[in-house]
Amino acid sequence: MAFGTVALLVMAAGYTLGAVLSLVARSDRAARVLTAVGAVVGGAGGLAAAVSVLATRVSVDAVLPTVVSAAGGIVIRLDPLGAFFLALITAVSLPAAVYGTTYMAEYDGRCSLRVFGLMFNAFLLGMSVVPCAANIFTFVMAWELMAVSSYFLVMTESEHSETRQAGLWYAAMTHLGLVLLLPMFFLIAAGHEATAFVDLRAYGATLTAGTRTAVFLLALTAFGSKAGIVPLHVWLPRAHPAAPSHVSALMSGVMIKLGIYGLIRVLFDLLGGGPAWWGGVLLAVGSVSALLGVLYALVEHDLKRLLAYHSVENIGIILIGLGAGSLLHSVGLRALAVIGWTGALFHTLNHACFKGLLFLGAGSVKQQTHTGNMEELGGLITRMPQTALYFLVGSAAIAALPPLNGFASEWLVFQSLLAGAHISRPEIAAGFPIAVGMLALTSGLAAACFVKAFGISFLAMPRSDHAAQARECHWSMRAMMLVLAGGCVVLGLAAPWVARGMSRIIDGVPGLSAGEPIPPSSSLWLTVPNSSAQVSPLLLAVLLGAITVAVLGAIHAGGLRVRRADTWGCGRISQTPRMEYTASAFAEPLRRVFAEVYQPTQDLSINMHPESRYFIQSITYTSHVVPWFEQVFYDPVIRTARGLAAQTRRLQAGSLHLYLLYVVAALVAALACAWWFQ
Amino acid sequence: MQLLWKIWHTGIVTEVLQTANPAAVEVGRALERRITRLFGRALAIREVDTGSCNGCELEISGLTSPVYDMERFGMHFVASPRHADMLLVTGPVTRNMEIPLRRTYEAAAAPKFVVAVGDCAKTCGVFKDSYAVVGPVDRVIPVDISVAGCPPEPADILRGILEGLDRWSHKRDATGLTVEREAAVR
Amino acid sequence: MSRYAVLVVQPLVALGLAPGLVGFVRWLKARLQSRRGAPPWQPYFEIRKLFGKEAVVSHTASWIFRATPFVVFGTSVVVASLVPLILVPASPLVAGDVFAAVYLLLLGTFFLALAGLDTGSPFGGMGASREMTVVALTEPTVALSIVALALSAGSTNFSQIVARTIAEPAAALGPGHLLAFIALFVVTLAETGRLPVDNPSTHLELTMIHEAMVLEYSGPYLALIEWGSALKLLVFLALAANLFIPWGLAFALAPGALAIGLASAIVKLGALAATIAVLETRVAKLRLFRVPELLSASFVLALLAVMSTFLVR
Repeated sequence: MAFGTVALLVMAAGYTLGAVLSLVARSDRAARVLTAVGAVVGGAGGLAAAVSVLATRVSVDAVLPTVVSAAGGIVIRLDPLGAFFLALITAVSLPAAVYGTTYMAEYDGRCSLRVFGLMFNAFLLGMSVVPCAANIFTFVMAWELMAVSSYFLVMTESEHSETRQAGLWYAAMTHLGLVLLLPMFFLIAAGHEATAFVDLRAYGATLTAGTRTAVFLLALTAFGSKAGIVPLHVWLPRAHPAAPSHVSALMSGVMIKLGIYGLIRVLFDLLGGGPAWWGGVLLAVGSVSALLGVLYALVEHDLKRLLAYHSVENIGIILIGLGAGSLLHSVGLRALAVIGWTGALFHTLNHACFKGLLFLGAGSVKQQTHTGNMEELGGLITRMPQTALYFLVGSAAIAALPPLNGFASEWLVFQSLLAGAHISRPEIAAGFPIAVGMLALTSGLAAACFVKAFGISFLAMPRSDHAAQARECHWSMRAMMLVLAGGCVVLGLAAPWVARGMSRIIDGVPGLSAGEPIPPSSSLWLTVPNSSAQVSPLLLAVLLGAITVAVLGAIHAGGLRVRRADTWGCGRISQTPRMEYTASAFAEPLRRVFAEVYQPTQDLSINMHPESRYFIQSITYTSHVVPWFEQVFYDPVIRTARGLAAQTRRLQAGSLHLYLLYVVAALVAALACAWWFQ
Repeated sequence: MQLLWKIWHTGIVTEVLQTANPAAVEVGRALERRITRLFGRALAIREVDTGSCNGCELEISGLTSPVYDMERFGMHFVASPRHADMLLVTGPVTRNMEIPLRRTYEAAAAPKFVVAVGDCAKTCGVFKDSYAVVGPVDRVIPVDISVAGCPPEPADILRGILEGLDRWSHKRDATGLTVEREAAVR
Repeated sequence: MSRYAVLVVQPLVALGLAPGLVGFVRWLKARLQSRRGAPPWQPYFEIRKLFGKEAVVSHTASWIFRATPFVVFGTSVVVASLVPLILVPASPLVAGDVFAAVYLLLLGTFFLALAGLDTGSPFGGMGASREMTVVALTEPTVALSIVALALSAGSTNFSQIVARTIAEPAAALGPGHLLAFIALFVVTLAETGRLPVDNPSTHLELTMIHEAMVLEYSGPYLALIEWGSALKLLVFLALAANLFIPWGLAFALAPGALAIGLASAIVKLGALAATIAVLETRVAKLRLFRVPELLSASFVLALLAVMSTFLVR
């Protein structure tokens, strides 16, 4: 058998064995270890398969009808696009799984680690099969496996009411996606027998414009709710913080990317692309998601919720790249469209890398300080120096600072937006500068947000006893963070080489390919075809490093005398952590500037001394930012659903006679329908 | 535009620096040569009010006015003692300001020196032996130059600083232009 | 040869000119305030003095506090080597890219804000918060005003933009260019901490934005940060001058061309610095929450510049 097929079998076997063995493990510690072993073996197999497909550009096929014979059986086909996503999944799952071995130690005895291990491996299996799926049945089964297992992973700490709430939202939104996914597939395959993707590709060419529009809207909603676009993202900031941190890393770094995979696969591969307005919708949705995601991240002071909102922002950036590429492709500028898609795919990879790193870092902070609230953290850079360093690398990467990987992918997305200048139709071209403005504002706000996240959590003095007593986490957790941080640096410095590989993957997808040979690009410079714009992160890093070293050397050679003293506090007698800036204070100016978007509620209550109005006992000030689209979109829907459910409850009157009447009525109705449809 | 016309019309009003009271300045101990060389051209000053009546502060604020213009000698005020080379201290040191004054001195980066301005800073002035006062400034931090007066004239304050930095020559103080050239020559 | 020479020549020239530029602005402001003021080369003495002092570091500060001056200085020098100051290399191999310059400066600001939070002092935190607010709100304007230029030039490469403007002088007077220039000028004031956004010579901590972050620095660290800030002002003014009025820039490494490039750079930078000095004398500092109004006005100007570039084509 081919190497790829063997590797895929190893992957499936690894995950399945990991699931089964951890379920029957003798002790909690054994369960943890077996979970990780299964995940690592499966991940290694999947990574090997993906890398072999990417290297050789030969797809791997496997048909297994004997396992399940319904609906065409399980059909596996790993082409370069799927292999890229599979590589992404497995590459991030390996560090997360090893991290989880020691991270889950604090859950010993609190929750069933055996069930956790089963669900974890099932989750990884589901995620890994989605990019390999080559017919509707396999795709939907893997999708559902992923959704159900991740629900149980989110509900690990079900003793908290917020976790149960989060699980409910997550289950509802995921199944909303599923409910829309099935009609979408059936619309493409309407009236035909075969449901393999190769067949769907053929059907896609014959669909009417109306059907294609319907498919586009269903795909955008279904895959968008998985990816987390505004306003379908409401489950993200609830579910991701509720899950254990390495699960959050996988959900945020990898699972939501499968929504992007679905979009690309259905819209650009099966349907072969669409009219210009598809790209416009993607661009608009992406810009709005990016901006709103980062705006809501700014006012969060829970570290994991902040990271979850940033995932929404980065999905927006990926959609901007997809939309720009799609628009350029539909007006005929195919070589430039490739830049947009390269940027989008590269950002997918980069986000998986740095978001995974940030969640793992947040997890070790939470494990050591038992709180994720930034207002209680601080001073961790001296107590957890390595975690702090890796978190800083992740923060710099997500803020798109050169020479890390975030900068390279955002540069490519910016260039694709600039390429809109070549579009001759002004009504299309006019959207691009607005998208540039929104993307630039997003990246500026992201930098501000991560100054807050890193600065308040790690720097200066600890704001609570929890933070003061934190110690560095286990070496295995640190090593995994080092792996991901190294990934961020390497992806950044080797960006041109990676981008070149991505362009080749994109070329393999019929709906995305340029159709003409792309001029060979350099491996040292990120370039744009037919334009002299170029940047080399490696050169920038070398220059920056050289100057820094030279100046350091000069200063130390001249004799640097350093004296330690207290922080200057205007001569104030004492310096306590109460005097440090807080996270809410840091975000306050931006909160005021964007008050129209936030619509914050304020509540001020003043307790006066019982004996005199002029003496105040206490003042309580609370301010909440509640996302307005939850009030506008979701609250009415939830109220209606509750109302309907309350009405329907009346059917359960409790009387046996009434239930017998229902059975007879149902039987009569069924007979009538059968007679009528004859 | 009216503003710009007025600026043009007024011209430069900086006056030549002249001695008001020759006896006001007392250089307690000569500053080391390396300090005078380091701060000869650029001096950052942090002013500390340790409980004065603000008479000295009014005179000191006159130093930044166009008439006295201490920036022409390369001196300017700074907000943080970390940025400062020199502390300009006024007022008798009250009990509440003793620790802040000490902290300000410790916060400044070496090399640094201290100029005490006014009779209160030198000898506690009219507040001598008060219950609220710790003592003159040299009781709390080492003082290098004192400028006596209640309050001393801005010209004397400036002259005190310049003398401490070894940039003032007694012989040629009548024609201020020569003094500035003297200062510029170093 | 000239490709890599620009990486050496320009930073050195920039390092040499930057303090003089800041000193010139201060000297002119002094003259406009009817006083003699320090000579324009005063900042050189200040930097030299600061290198001779000790550095005082707070107990609560970590390695980030000590690394930040080098990051700020290093990024400013690298950007100075990328932007067209006196020399634009003929081959675009080393010529800088706009987004690289903008994001490198953002890297410096990122670390400076972290250093402000690192000391645990409320002023540092306040300065960091305000600085990140202003920087985040200037990003769209910077991006759009550069886009306006890049649209007509066809790329974000500096040498391409300069070459295009020299080839078509008439375009330099077009409405797109003028609006983009004004927008970029407002952004310069915001990013370098000049009036009306931030008063560089204030002593009241509650009115500080940039200064508040550096209150804890002393000695050589402060010298590096001051030099880095002066370089940032030079870089922004050089961008404003040489992207919109590129005549005089040298295209080869010949001594004559370099001398003309240097002279024209000094003249253009001097003119812009004089404008800043007059503006600072004329206007008062804006309240912090009025600054977003100013920045959104500059954003609208930049957007209009881009739209007009679309329409004119």
